[in-house]
Amino acid sequence: MASSYNAKEEDGHVPGSAGHGGAAEAKSKKPDNTAFKQQRLPAWQPILTAGTVLPAFFVIGLIFIPIGIGLFVTSNNIKEFEIDYTGVNSDSPCYSCATNASWNNTTPCLCSLNFTLSQPFESNVYMYYGLSNFYQNHRRYVKSRDDSQLYGDPNALKSPSKECEPYRMSGAQPIAPCGAIANSLFNDTLELYHIEPNGTRNLIPLVKKGIAWWTDKHVKFRNPEGNDNLTVAFQGTTKPVNWRNPVYELDPSDPENNGFINEDFIVWMRTAALPTFRKLYRIIQKKSGPTPTLPSGNYVLNIAYNYPVTSFDGRKRMILSTISWMGGKNPFLGIAYITVGSICFFLGGGFKQAALNIWSVHGILGGVELSD
Amino acid sequence: MDAQQQQQQQQQQQKQEQQKEEQEEEQQQEEDQEEEEEEEEKMSFFGLDCVRKKETELERKLRANDREYNLSFRYATNAIKTCKYNFFTFLPLNLFEQFQRIANAYFLFLLALQVIPEISSLSWFTTVVPLVLVLSVTAAKDATDDINRHRSDNQVNTRKAQVLIDRKLRSEKWMDVQVGDIIKLENNQFVTADLLLLSSSEPLNLVYIETAELDGETNLKVRQALPVTGDLGDDIEKLADFNGEVRCEAPNNRLDRFTGTLSYAGQKYSLDNEKILLRGCTLRNTEWCFGLVLFGGPETKLMQNCGKSTFKRTSIDRLMNVLVLCIFGFLAFMCTILAIGNFFWEMNEGSKFTVFLPRQNRTNAGFSAFLTFWSYVIILNTVVPISLYVSVEIIRLGNSFYIDWDRKMYYARSDTPAEARTTTLNEELGQIKYIFSDKTGTLTQNIMTFNKCSINGKSYGDVVDYTGQRLEVSELTETVDFSFNPLADPRFVFHDHALVEAVKLENPEVHDFFRLLSLCHTVMAEEKKEGELLYLAQSPDEGALVTAARNFGFVFRSRTPDSVTIVEMGRQRSYELLTILDFNNVRKRMSVIVRSPEGKLSLYCKGADTIIYERLHQSCSKLMDITTEQLNEFAGEGLRTLVLAYKDLDEEYFNEWKQRQHEASTSMDDREGKLDQLYEEIEKDLLLLGATAIEDKLQDGVPQTIEQLSKADIKIWVLTGDKQETAENIGFSCNLLREEMNEIFTVSGNSPEDVREELRNARTSMKPDEVDSVLLPGRSLVKGVMMDEEVNGEHGLVINGHSLAYALERGMQLEFLRTACMCKAVICCRVTPLQKAQVVELVKKYKQVVTLAIGDGANDVSMIKAAHIGVGISGQEGMQAVLSSDFSFAQFRFLQRLLLVHGRWSYLRMCKFLRYFFYKNFTFTFVHFWYAFFCGFSAQTVYDEWFITLYNLVYTALPVLGMSLFDQDVNDVWSFQHPQLYVPGQLNLYFSKKAFFKCALHSGYSSLVLFFIPWAAMHNTVRDDGKDVADYQSFALLTQTCLLFAVSIQLGLEMSFWTAVNTFFVLGSLFMYFGVTFTMYSNGMFLMLPPAFPFIGTARNSLNQPNVWLTILLTSTLCVLPVITFRFLVIQLCPTINDKVMYKVRQTKATPPPLPRRTRIRRTSTRRSGYAFSHAQGYGDLVTSRRFLRRPAVSGSSGLANTGRTTMGFSPMGRSAGYSPTGRPQNVKVQDVEVTSLQMYKTIRDPAL
Repeated sequence: MASSYNAKEEDGHVPGSAGHGGAAEAKSKKPDNTAFKQQRLPAWQPILTAGTVLPAFFVIGLIFIPIGIGLFVTSNNIKEFEIDYTGVNSDSPCYSCATNASWNNTTPCLCSLNFTLSQPFESNVYMYYGLSNFYQNHRRYVKSRDDSQLYGDPNALKSPSKECEPYRMSGAQPIAPCGAIANSLFNDTLELYHIEPNGTRNLIPLVKKGIAWWTDKHVKFRNPEGNDNLTVAFQGTTKPVNWRNPVYELDPSDPENNGFINEDFIVWMRTAALPTFRKLYRIIQKKSGPTPTLPSGNYVLNIAYNYPVTSFDGRKRMILSTISWMGGKNPFLGIAYITVGSICFFLGGGFKQAALNIWSVHGILGGVELSD
Repeated sequence: MDAQQQQQQQQQQQKQEQQKEEQEEEQQQEEDQEEEEEEEEKMSFFGLDCVRKKETELERKLRANDREYNLSFRYATNAIKTCKYNFFTFLPLNLFEQFQRIANAYFLFLLALQVIPEISSLSWFTTVVPLVLVLSVTAAKDATDDINRHRSDNQVNTRKAQVLIDRKLRSEKWMDVQVGDIIKLENNQFVTADLLLLSSSEPLNLVYIETAELDGETNLKVRQALPVTGDLGDDIEKLADFNGEVRCEAPNNRLDRFTGTLSYAGQKYSLDNEKILLRGCTLRNTEWCFGLVLFGGPETKLMQNCGKSTFKRTSIDRLMNVLVLCIFGFLAFMCTILAIGNFFWEMNEGSKFTVFLPRQNRTNAGFSAFLTFWSYVIILNTVVPISLYVSVEIIRLGNSFYIDWDRKMYYARSDTPAEARTTTLNEELGQIKYIFSDKTGTLTQNIMTFNKCSINGKSYGDVVDYTGQRLEVSELTETVDFSFNPLADPRFVFHDHALVEAVKLENPEVHDFFRLLSLCHTVMAEEKKEGELLYLAQSPDEGALVTAARNFGFVFRSRTPDSVTIVEMGRQRSYELLTILDFNNVRKRMSVIVRSPEGKLSLYCKGADTIIYERLHQSCSKLMDITTEQLNEFAGEGLRTLVLAYKDLDEEYFNEWKQRQHEASTSMDDREGKLDQLYEEIEKDLLLLGATAIEDKLQDGVPQTIEQLSKADIKIWVLTGDKQETAENIGFSCNLLREEMNEIFTVSGNSPEDVREELRNARTSMKPDEVDSVLLPGRSLVKGVMMDEEVNGEHGLVINGHSLAYALERGMQLEFLRTACMCKAVICCRVTPLQKAQVVELVKKYKQVVTLAIGDGANDVSMIKAAHIGVGISGQEGMQAVLSSDFSFAQFRFLQRLLLVHGRWSYLRMCKFLRYFFYKNFTFTFVHFWYAFFCGFSAQTVYDEWFITLYNLVYTALPVLGMSLFDQDVNDVWSFQHPQLYVPGQLNLYFSKKAFFKCALHSGYSSLVLFFIPWAAMHNTVRDDGKDVADYQSFALLTQTCLLFAVSIQLGLEMSFWTAVNTFFVLGSLFMYFGVTFTMYSNGMFLMLPPAFPFIGTARNSLNQPNVWLTILLTSTLCVLPVITFRFLVIQLCPTINDKVMYKVRQTKATPPPLPRRTRIRRTSTRRSGYAFSHAQGYGDLVTSRRFLRRPAVSGSSGLANTGRTTMGFSPMGRSAGYSPTGRPQNVKVQDVEVTSLQMYKTIRDPAL
């Protein structure tokens, strides 16, 4: 057994020292008796015992499995259609476009793809373009932009950041928007037609607004101020090398959607995290009435093929998707939750059995006596 | 003849040994000096100090009262400067020093890399912010330290001294005193500089000084001026005319040596240490004195001695250095892999991707890979976190404060709190394996109390109740009332009333007993006021005996060389002191022959039982048996016993004997032998009176502490200058040596062969079955480390100083170490300070364990400095030990709290901190590694740059600090209850290379989860309104949030002590993260500085997504789940001692019941008794010879300079002189009761002159 000697004295209450009086005590170097200084702060000391760990496992299992099932079902209910229109194979309609595509073409190469939706798409349908093997997250690519310029800073407009090199200046004129990201703006145009059983082609209206983050559209990107006329505002700058039109003519149809606040541009400028990504292209609004947004049937995708990706083994896709509360179709989370939940549940069960049968025999913690 | 020769040989041997030791010491000192010089050179090489190193001064020349002449040599003035910086040099010097640290330099290098745009993968502020913070924290600490030094320098430098300038005494500041000045000192003043004593107020030009600050000894020392200068007196005119020239040695650090000459009035006088007053001493008992300044300020011996203390580092520090190197290697490895990856990516993908991402300056893949390597060095730098070093310092500082604040290590009697004097060694306190302890003043209080006695077969001293049951003596026990005796010492405490009754009843044996005690001793008495007696004893034992006699009515009052006056039961009687048969080591007894006032001749003798028993008259045999039994009992309680006997002498026989004694004492050859024979002849047929039992009072709680520490598997070696019997005795009484031990070996051989033989025998008897390695002790080494060996049973080893000298020789040290380490307890007695250090070094070198040395005196300084951790007992004699120690407190028993509570916690906290810190940083960093495979090895970061900047400094700093400042596995009471909890620290279990590797693996797993779960969850996913959420910024935000949650929860798992502060820190940091994130990503920040805050809106847009939160939950769960499972299984299947105790604590849900106070350990069997006194030979002569009345008697060449305990022959007993017969510790300083042996001479001399 351990020892303890006169605890009173340890605490400084020496018998007989009381007579010293207050003056001596005031001067005493005796440390303060606070819980902090004496390391006696009240504390909660959790430890892992069978009593806490096993229920925790069960609880995790019980929570995770339903969440997982919910996620999985939600994800499965999302309808998604994806079509690759890169035109790598020679039998692809876009093959010739793919082989000839280059930045410098003034006339777009047109191709069209037929596809069939076996199921109708209810509610809003979102149209994405997807790129693969495109390193939008490469360090040099990511930093090759000037946020000041995009924010409409007149100084940055005239002398963009050095980060934009080599797309900073074109000759003597500054590029607006500068940098490699802007320069490589995705410029395919997609059109979708529904082919009714009688053969008529119905152009499906595509909404091009509301595809960018509100904060990007309204805070982060801003046209140079001072002039209502964008052409004047961007005077003295030149368009990026690969662009066909200057930045103030990105959307000929809507003057509000031009300049830096063009939503297609904003979406592109939000660089992707991974080399395979999809970006929102258009929204197909739900029709009023019972008819589905996209009824099942045949469709034609018309592509103005401008964007060359074959040189770096890239792929281009068009994706149609509905969404849910958890976003787009991605079964991973659901499966992961179900798996983790099940593992926890079984571990809990297994440990419980072990605790009851094996450990108690061999003597687990509680049974192990401490030798003094 | 043979005996004589032998003796001579022995003497010669001793001399040789002494010389050897001296030489060794000298050598060491020279080495020290060389080192210092080297250091100085280094310093000047770096150009740190602007002071050019002066040409080495070979000899000092100076002339008194001639400032101009002396100034020509440009000697240092008396100003001292311990501060490093001044206002202007602070910034450059401090920065320069800081960048000499490898970590800071590394970050400077990183900063340089970041400036290169091709490489820079992170903005400059990610490095600058932490670096500036770290530098400024350190600079602030350095500045406060330096300000304090400035302050203390200033305080010392502006002290006033009286200097003789222009034939007048003027009050000057210390700093203005110059070499060659004559200054006047008054009583109780500090000596200003190293002075040559010129004259003093005391007769014979003596001065008394206390050297406690210098060497730690509290006894006064004497210095005497030359008669020629002494004649100057205090005549200012004469002093001002004094133009003596001194030539002396150059400044050095030897306190005990001085050589020089004084030329004055055409004569040359040699100067030695006896005429020098050193700075740091205090003048005592001397009204005034004048001195000539020889060395000033930095050149004084005090300053030459201090300042340089070796920088100690903890084993964790050393391990960390290794680990940091490993980490650098690992970093280079990772970067190489990534650079290679980049090379291939550039070859295969990058070259084609140039349409969208043109290469800079047409660099090729190889160059790109090279640049990438450096870019990744920048990104992955967080594996060697700069904040680690700062945090470690903060944690150590915090834990040091806890030691300072601990009320349970505060000693109320001397008002001394514990003090952590070094704030960098805390965690090492949790890893101590060997403790080296001094004995006197450390284990014992150096207070002797007369506890029990046996008179004529009756034992006194125990308190018994009416049933005859022995009662435990406590503070409440009624003490004996000595009011019948006006001369009684009021501080003397005795509990047994029976003895007073016996005295009052005039029991003749009892009277004889106390008469003997009051007559047979060498104590001197001082009576300043009538009835106020003060005894000056050369050993505390003797003082205790005489005081006991005094209180029981036999008051020793005064002595002259040939008489002893005592007051016997109120009647003053003077005994004629005819002879003192003095004590020596062989005789182990002393006797006096006195003639009572009635004319009766008696011989009184006291001595070791074995010795006296041989010389008793046959008639005593019965009494002898009874007394023996009682002696055994006394010895069993650890008391020091003495047997008293007497005999009446025949006048005629005595005269004849006296004649022969006179002849013998004047004979030229073999005087000692002849005297011994004569003594032997007269000291026989003695009549037994009884026995005394004196308690060498241990400090409170020493046996319990030692028991606790040995339960914690700490080995305790006692290294003492005391003699073997005393040391053994203390060993038993403090539980170090035990009766149950199988055997206690004693090594006391006088030749290397003997010692080797003894050591081997000891080992073979401990391990009889092992024969092979007996001849090759080196074989027991594994990689230079001696392994612990299992032995059957417990053993003890006692080794003597002279044997130790052989045992420490190169050829035998392994033999010795091996044997000693197999024993449970080791006691080295009669060791010199140097040997103490050697023993510590030996263990340090070959056992690779953490050692601690604890001591209180100047002689412990060497071992305190040598050990990993030095502990000084404060409030005892001097400050030397404390000043060189790392921790100090007032009582030995606080050691168990220091180690078992503070040390253990510090170690635990530090290890938890390091493990967790590496975990969180590795996890943080490794995610970049995985991301590299998805971003073309382009050194793109996963996180926002602001997050990288703030992660270590803000988001995770406080929680981990909180853990490492507050964490406890079990509280202090339980720590004491289960000392085994200490063992993991000794085995380095909590943080080692293995633990580090585990951390790294764990981090690897966590980083995989942290990258791939968000990756899979965000892959091709959009927001619930169809917009982007898989963009880089959202992904970064998601990953960093997951990371922060994961590491916070992991911290929660590590933390076993959730105080409100911890909870606040953890939750607060998370809240702070969100607060800062939302602020950084807010419109306002972006509008202020668009390029610096490009993440605008990311937090709002992605943290409102349910699947983002579900991903965070999943990631955190997956990070933590395996850890919980693993730990749970470990706890269930092979719990550690901590787990067990924590479980037990939880079950009892309260503090353990207070344990009963341990009863005194009683031993019953063997008798251990002897004249185990701190007694030295020679006092008998002194008392009778009148020599003590004259100065030369004490001015032995080395006698005064040495510590009394270690020298043979006559010298004032350093510590022992300050005995106090009561329970009161002597360190309570009362100004004029500073009992020292030198005062003893002084007070006696006064009436004589």
